[in-house]
Amino acid sequence: MTPEIRKKLYFEMLRIRMIEQKIAEVYPEQEMRCPVHLCIGQEAVAAGVCANLKVEDQVVSAHRSHAHYLAKGGDLKRMLGELYGKVSGCAHGKGGSMHLIDLNAGLLAAVPIVGSTIPIGVGAAWGMVMKQLPHLVVVFFGDGSIEEGVFHESLNFAALKKLPVLFLCENNFYSVYSPLEVRQPAGREIFEIARAHGIESHQGDGNDVEEVYSMTAHAVEKIRQGKGPMFLEFKTFRWLEHCGPFWDDELGYRKENELQNWRERCPVKLHENKLRSEGLLNEHDMVPMVNQITEEINEAFHSAKTSPLPPPEMLWTHVYDESLPTE
Amino acid sequence: MRELKYFEALREATDQCMERDSSVYLMGLGVPDPKGIFGTTAGLLKKYGKNRVLDMPTAENGMTGVAIGTALMGMRPIMTHQRVDFALLALEQIVNQAAKWYYMNDGQMHVPLVIRMIVGRGWGQGPQHAQSLESWFAHIPGLKVVMPANPYDAKGLMISSIEDNNPVIFLENRWLHNIYGDVPQEYYKVPIGKARIAREGRDLTIVTHSYMVLESLRAADILASGGIDAEVIDLRTLRPLDHTTVLDSVKKTGNLLVVDHGWIHYGVSAEIIAMVSEQIWDCLKSPPRRMGVADVPIPSSRSLAQYCYPRSADVVKMVAEMLHKPMDQFKIEISEIPSDIPDRSFTGPF
Ligand SMILES: Cc1ncc(C[n+]2csc(CCOP(=O)(O)OP(=O)(O)O)c2C)c(N)n1
Repeated sequence: MTPEIRKKLYFEMLRIRMIEQKIAEVYPEQEMRCPVHLCIGQEAVAAGVCANLKVEDQVVSAHRSHAHYLAKGGDLKRMLGELYGKVSGCAHGKGGSMHLIDLNAGLLAAVPIVGSTIPIGVGAAWGMVMKQLPHLVVVFFGDGSIEEGVFHESLNFAALKKLPVLFLCENNFYSVYSPLEVRQPAGREIFEIARAHGIESHQGDGNDVEEVYSMTAHAVEKIRQGKGPMFLEFKTFRWLEHCGPFWDDELGYRKENELQNWRERCPVKLHENKLRSEGLLNEHDMVPMVNQITEEINEAFHSAKTSPLPPPEMLWTHVYDESLPTE
Repeated sequence: MRELKYFEALREATDQCMERDSSVYLMGLGVPDPKGIFGTTAGLLKKYGKNRVLDMPTAENGMTGVAIGTALMGMRPIMTHQRVDFALLALEQIVNQAAKWYYMNDGQMHVPLVIRMIVGRGWGQGPQHAQSLESWFAHIPGLKVVMPANPYDAKGLMISSIEDNNPVIFLENRWLHNIYGDVPQEYYKVPIGKARIAREGRDLTIVTHSYMVLESLRAADILASGGIDAEVIDLRTLRPLDHTTVLDSVKKTGNLLVVDHGWIHYGVSAEIIAMVSEQIWDCLKSPPRRMGVADVPIPSSRSLAQYCYPRSADVVKMVAEMLHKPMDQFKIEISEIPSDIPDRSFTGPF
């Protein structure tokens, strides 16, 4: 892994972190009037995975998709516009934070129905095969998704057709307030389920961005060689409440010290310390980085806040597409 | 009488049924969670333990089948979904299995199952978290469908649903959870299949259900300020449907407006107007009219979502049109509350 890549991974994570923190900070202003599922604490997975992808590779995601959108090259202004329900949004305010899309960046869809993008991502891969496109699809989902029947149906089909799909499970141990223990049998690892479907499958540390990066690099290479689907499970942790901008550890649904232990393993800090100790990063690099991101954030929030709300007639646009197929 | 919030009324009904009958149990993703499904299940885990207040994997279709199976063994499950939209993953079990079971085996086994589903609204929940799908369920023989609009009915209908030996779809609009109303402490039932005259009137019948009852009652007050005396019928139950109460009212007033809580086409309004037209065509003094959710998926942005849902002023406007009255005789007050929240205490994210 080159120093450039290692520094880029840091920049990506820092950018996601700072954007999410800003969203959390201004959400109580009540101008951003839609549910938001922040990913603070989980930045390494998105950054490490997407750094291996080309623009043409497609990503599908679920309700917690900000990091995937940003890491895949989505447009921050359009993301924030969508969160503010404005015309400048990536779906002109029709979708909100749970329906991010950026076709220029290869972010095909994000939807909040748990598990529902898994077959759609598999279908996109099958479509690529039928259209003879040499790209792959990454399907991001949480540990909750693997409990839906459609997860198993999708893995079966992907294995059957040897499709170019990377199944990417972000295991943060909770589905809203329900811990893994009340939803899945003890001692059975998620990645082993995928293995039982005949898919090569591995598990890694989702807070170590270099591990995420290199495991993904290996998987992506195999998929590009036509060896069929791969499955990666990364363990990581959501710091804030399931939906919304606040801390919620006082509710007591997480184990004692669990959050604290994970915060001590902050993916951004871990990588920063590593780079610093190797002399790859110092204050001199940090200041312009932070300034650049801050400037981008300020500009994007300004754009989202000042963009107009969609006009009433937009309610009726795009219910149906009445155009005819083009050559 | 004692006032309770709608969510408290639901919790009390559940609690009283669980206390009386040990076969009643609660299941669903997040049921024992610290927020207790908007407060409706709060405290029940502590009282009844984790075998009767059961968290579940994220697997709607599977868990519905499991609930049916336990019902066949003599249990009485109450299953909860935080949004009706999530229950769509369970349509197979609900429609093919639960709804048909009693009929298919010619009465040898029944499925006493309550499925609670919450209809989301507001705060940008968007196309997949805010759908009013009651007419889908009401279309299916074998299912009962109830949608209480106030705390009194919420408790009474919940008790009736739990006692009912059939699968009951119990739909709650999220905006109703925090409204207040009189709720007796005792165990009482509101019968499934009986509508309620929410307001008596002579000039026109408004038929409606769930949250739209509130908007229609507001509209009726405004109409009264201009000399129109509207009767408001709260259906309370969509299947079985109380024909008599609706027909009697329309016989009296001769004018019918249906304020649907769901999408306009192919929905509850179509059923009501067809039923009235078939049975008492001669009593109608004007063509029946309907309104409901605009025929589009619900957008997230508040500037668009506000046009999806009819409000009291829209109801007044349509009534004025139907009865050929000028609009300026009605005192319409524009609400100060933003259109995407139910009341000022609501600060998001839900
Ligand atoms: C089919 C369905 N059931 C339930 C929900 C409610 N819900 C929204 S997010 C979520 C948590 C899913 O957990 P996981 O997939 O692990 O993702 P995380 O939130 O932990 O990132 C649930 C249950 C839903 N959106 N869709």
